[in-house]
Amino acid sequence: MDEKDRILLQELEENCRTPVSELAVLAEVSEQDAQDRIGRLEAAGVIRRYGAVVDWERSGDGNVAAVIELKVSPERDFGYDRIAERIARFPQVRSLRLMTGTYDLQLLVAGSSMHEIARFVAEQIAPMDRIRETATHIIMKTYKENGTTFAGREEVERLPYSF
Amino acid sequence: MRDFVSARARAIPPSGIRRFFDIAQTMEDVISLGVGEPDFVTPWCVCEASIYSIEQGSTAYTSNKGTPQLRGAISRYLDTRFGVGYDPDEEIIVTCGVSEAADIAIRAVVDPGDEVLIAEPCYVSYTPCVSLTGGIPVTVPCRAEDEFRLTADALMERITPRTKALIANFPNNPTGGVMQEADWRAVADVLVDHDLLLISDEVYAELTYDGDHFAPATIPELRDRTITLNGFSKAFAMTGWRIGYLCAPPAITAAALKIHQYVALCAPVMGQVAAYEALRIGEAEKDAMVREYRLRRNLFVDGLNKLGLTCHLPKGAFYAFPSVESTGMTDTEFAESLLREQHVAVVPGSVLGPSGAGHVRCAYAVSRDDLKEALSRMGAFLESAK
Repeated sequence: MDEKDRILLQELEENCRTPVSELAVLAEVSEQDAQDRIGRLEAAGVIRRYGAVVDWERSGDGNVAAVIELKVSPERDFGYDRIAERIARFPQVRSLRLMTGTYDLQLLVAGSSMHEIARFVAEQIAPMDRIRETATHIIMKTYKENGTTFAGREEVERLPYSF
Repeated sequence: MRDFVSARARAIPPSGIRRFFDIAQTMEDVISLGVGEPDFVTPWCVCEASIYSIEQGSTAYTSNKGTPQLRGAISRYLDTRFGVGYDPDEEIIVTCGVSEAADIAIRAVVDPGDEVLIAEPCYVSYTPCVSLTGGIPVTVPCRAEDEFRLTADALMERITPRTKALIANFPNNPTGGVMQEADWRAVADVLVDHDLLLISDEVYAELTYDGDHFAPATIPELRDRTITLNGFSKAFAMTGWRIGYLCAPPAITAAALKIHQYVALCAPVMGQVAAYEALRIGEAEKDAMVREYRLRRNLFVDGLNKLGLTCHLPKGAFYAFPSVESTGMTDTEFAESLLREQHVAVVPGSVLGPSGAGHVRCAYAVSRDDLKEALSRMGAFLESAK
């Protein structure tokens, strides 16, 4: 990882559809070099996936999402890893993190309705071994996701010329 | 009734691009590369601190020189960032932007009849400020073939027994040119030999992309014959806050302070609070903006050169200064036709000094989407001009 790689990663994270020719200009490397670097970063698993930040509310397909907190009894020798791996396998679970503080695992779960999420938690997550407690928080509104603010701001008027 | 306007005010020539303003006003979809101002909003941590201070009732005059907190922070910043030490009590004045700092610096040192060398092309205020004091502005060319650096030779050619000072701005508006240590050392020798003062406007110091900014006051022989000007507008995207500063040896600072206290009293307190906060916690956001300018520069200069508008890679500020000679147009014709036909605003280089002729100034402090659109419009313009 050097400064050039860092530029490529930041650019791809911001817009993964930026053409390699443009990435090369931005990072001040040749196109072939940029291609090779990206290939290496993909192979090393630094780049996990290319995706879009979607405002589903705006699309009209308003999915419901919830943050779920889990208190978990850790396993001897494995800690939280094995249970986390099992939970991560559910496609409904969009993200999963181990947290400090009053609970252990935090899940972001998406579903087509509140009912669906409630059922998922009640039937799939809560009964798992070692889950001691669950708390489900439905997301009411998203203001910012992955660094992108959803609400538009008014453009500030600027002078056309200044010195 | 008499004409009440003073001869000095009358003698200031009208802005070279008033006409362009008027044309641009009639258009809806202008992409402006004409504005020397960051397109970023001031970092939120900075705004937040200023809002809080207003809520706390911090709305009064400050010390003429600026708050002790801010002067202390500026002193530490200049020392750690550029290696130049100024005493916060005796050698620093916080001003209403670098514009005011330049004005009071010039008025503090220039007497009628003094000749003041001005490295051009440059920001448009130095010449009228010198004229308003009764001084005589003498421009010194910085040429494209030198990557718009100031050379000792060019300087020497214009020195006379009446020469008192040199005004220079590096990284440079409009060329993006920078001066490395060796460049400054050569100039320093001339300044010392002829006992001249240097007024160094370093407002773009943070926007230096290849290597670090070199502050001329770090040269020991220059330390006491330099007035360093800097500010927050460009580095921290704080143009509207109007906070700059002047640093100079105590005698010059005291003289400038007398002028500052009568013309401005003090810089706005909200801006001073914000500026202090910018130095305290704004570094990461500043660095992120500088990184983005560098990427835009790479994108835009590459695009210009592909269009056949030859452009050296500017190493500082946020201006590209391509030559338009290949088009057969003068810089003014180019800028006006480009605005009329493709609604892209650029500043003709000749407005910023005779050495700027044949070039246009394009500020790349706009979004990358706008830069790409501007490049594609410029391409269409060049195609139709063939």
